[in-house]
Amino acid sequence: MVRKFLIFILLATFSVIFINLYQDFKGQDKLNDLSTYYAENEPQELGAQNIVTSIVVTYRGFDTLGEVTILFLAASIIGFFLKIKESDKNKKRELRKTSEILETASKILVPLIFLLGVYVFANGHLTPGGGFQGGAIMASGMVLMLLANPEKDVKHSLFSGIESISGFTYVILGLLGIYFAYGFLDNRVLPLGQFGNIFSAGLIPVIYTFIGLKVGSELTNIVGNLKETQKETE
Amino acid sequence: MILNIIAIFLCLAILVMAVIAVIHKKLIIAIIASGVVSLFASIIFLLLAAPDVAMTEAAIGSGLTTIIFFYVLNKIRKESNG
Repeated sequence: MVRKFLIFILLATFSVIFINLYQDFKGQDKLNDLSTYYAENEPQELGAQNIVTSIVVTYRGFDTLGEVTILFLAASIIGFFLKIKESDKNKKRELRKTSEILETASKILVPLIFLLGVYVFANGHLTPGGGFQGGAIMASGMVLMLLANPEKDVKHSLFSGIESISGFTYVILGLLGIYFAYGFLDNRVLPLGQFGNIFSAGLIPVIYTFIGLKVGSELTNIVGNLKETQKETE
Repeated sequence: MILNIIAIFLCLAILVMAVIAVIHKKLIIAIIASGVVSLFASIIFLLLAAPDVAMTEAAIGSGLTTIIFFYVLNKIRKESNG
């Protein structure tokens, strides 16, 4: 009874807060100063067609490095806690046969999903999307592959290798910015090129490719770890 | 106009699915409902002109998280049975 009363009080407090927020909300009809600066000066400064990408990778590049680090920490902690015994590792599980539909569809869809993932992060500076989204799409392709072949396991050494190499390269590319451009993670190390071309915006597509590989392999590792724990004996 | 109607419909669907995800007794249905919440939320993000966020939400929120929940559900079910 007391508990239900407390929940009710909590909900009432939240509704008061949100009603206040809602009543104070006014839609802006013009950009604020910072957004105006980005919208007006970004094409000349950084040369990326998708302004969101240029903010994420260059203007706020340090935040992105932090996000990538957080994801890495999460993936490694999950890997640490879900480690299973060596004796369980090679055990065969009895599984139902994969359905014909899933098997055939995965053969057609997995290459297409990988292609879409690569497209999303290679074109991050031109169209919506980028490293995180492309990496997540590639990881979901890997999940489909795991679902279609349940007896196969994720090769952790391969994905950890890809992940650490791309993370390392990301930081090195950021450091190059200090010496050849105007600061850490600056994209003007390479020439900016023609606005709107695939080879433009300096270092942004290169950095996003490495972020995409890193995110994709981390998420695949998480799913692979969880899949391996299914083998554990009760 | 038509976009407003779609947005209102999606918001109502999100609310219904979120309530189902919280109160349903069967965990499988709750997991699928929470995946559907993310899927509809990504469409709302697309309508609000944020395609980058919509992509992230669709790939991670409704794709990978649902699969991870299913693996975990399978595991805890095995442990509570054995």
